[in-house]
Amino acid sequence: MAEFRLPPNSRIGVGKTHAAAGGKRAKAFKIYRWNPDDGENPRTDTYEIDLDQCGPMVLDALIKIKNEIDPSLTFRRSCREGICGSCAMNIDGTNTLACLKPIAEVREAVRINPLPHMPVVKDLVPDLSHAYAQLRSIEPWLQSDTPPPPDAERAQSREERAKLDGMWECILCFCCTTSCPSYWWNGDRYLGPAVLLAAYRWIADSRDEKTGERLDALEDPFKLYRCHTIMNCTQTCPKGLNPAKAIGEIKQLMLERQI
Amino acid sequence: MQDARDAQMLARNSEGRLVRRPLSPHLQIYRPQITSALSIFHRITGVALSVGTLLMVWWLVGANTPRGYALVAGFIGSPVGVVLLFGWTLALFFHLLNGIRHLAWDAGRGFELPQVHASGWVVVLGALGLTMAVWIVGVVTL
Repeated sequence: MAEFRLPPNSRIGVGKTHAAAGGKRAKAFKIYRWNPDDGENPRTDTYEIDLDQCGPMVLDALIKIKNEIDPSLTFRRSCREGICGSCAMNIDGTNTLACLKPIAEVREAVRINPLPHMPVVKDLVPDLSHAYAQLRSIEPWLQSDTPPPPDAERAQSREERAKLDGMWECILCFCCTTSCPSYWWNGDRYLGPAVLLAAYRWIADSRDEKTGERLDALEDPFKLYRCHTIMNCTQTCPKGLNPAKAIGEIKQLMLERQI
Repeated sequence: MQDARDAQMLARNSEGRLVRRPLSPHLQIYRPQITSALSIFHRITGVALSVGTLLMVWWLVGANTPRGYALVAGFIGSPVGVVLLFGWTLALFFHLLNGIRHLAWDAGRGFELPQVHASGWVVVLGALGLTMAVWIVGVVTL
């Protein structure tokens, strides 16, 4: 169900401000904080840093804050080049990867929150285990009854392989899934754009022989059809992929096999 | 039915005590997007059209008798009635045009982001333009 207010324990209070030590290009970062050990509600802390002493991306600023101002600030990061999907968060009101988001793109203070409508583990770290369980439920691996040819790969034509472009690139950062209002309200049963894109990646694969079973598993008023083509997923994908289109293709296949 | 996600709102802190995790902010912080804004307007106008249909039924029923017709015509001609009718016209054209957009998506067309943005603006400007056109024609021919 749609909720317009956060639960009482999730409402965000005003936190501390760490003013800049100086520098000509000071920039404020307003960051969501929650610590499971202090028994308090979440709050927004403000950190001012000098952009002349900082790398260009939002992740550079987060690392600088953690190193130099507040070591308790907690966030996930790994590759710093948009391929691991760890630093997915809500920056300036939309979901993206902190390592790919230039600070210069944000005019005012940089507001940073965890991925929306998720349980918070600490600060900017959301619990994604439900989304991962949903990914597991679509069995994201090649399934085939026919054994592969001896001493060779399963062959695919260039055209068949090209169908997978725009899907294999997904890094499972869940920016799209957590941007989707339908997933916010019905995410317990709706699979969400990232998982449906992964499902279609195997449905569209010429080597996979379980297309029918895969479609059967998705034929459900919630798993697939809670997608109302809102398109926030495609709008926010930091890799420029199109989950909404993949979901549309699944819906078309569902229809085609009924006629 | 319980929400399966409720279980994940519980966790243990560093001392092993159970704590209730907060839900990260969503509507409160997500910047309105043209994608989600038009989607929610589609719903709102759909509801508005259903309510407007009740008004139309009232008009049809009222037309049965001269007194009833005069009553309905009087309400629709009042400032409140005119605003309602204008809103209904706007809702009708928005819902109609955005409905066509949804039909295109259901047929697998128009999913690329530039197309989504362009068709979104066509719907907004088209709904405004058609509404104005209908009202200008209506006022001129009255």
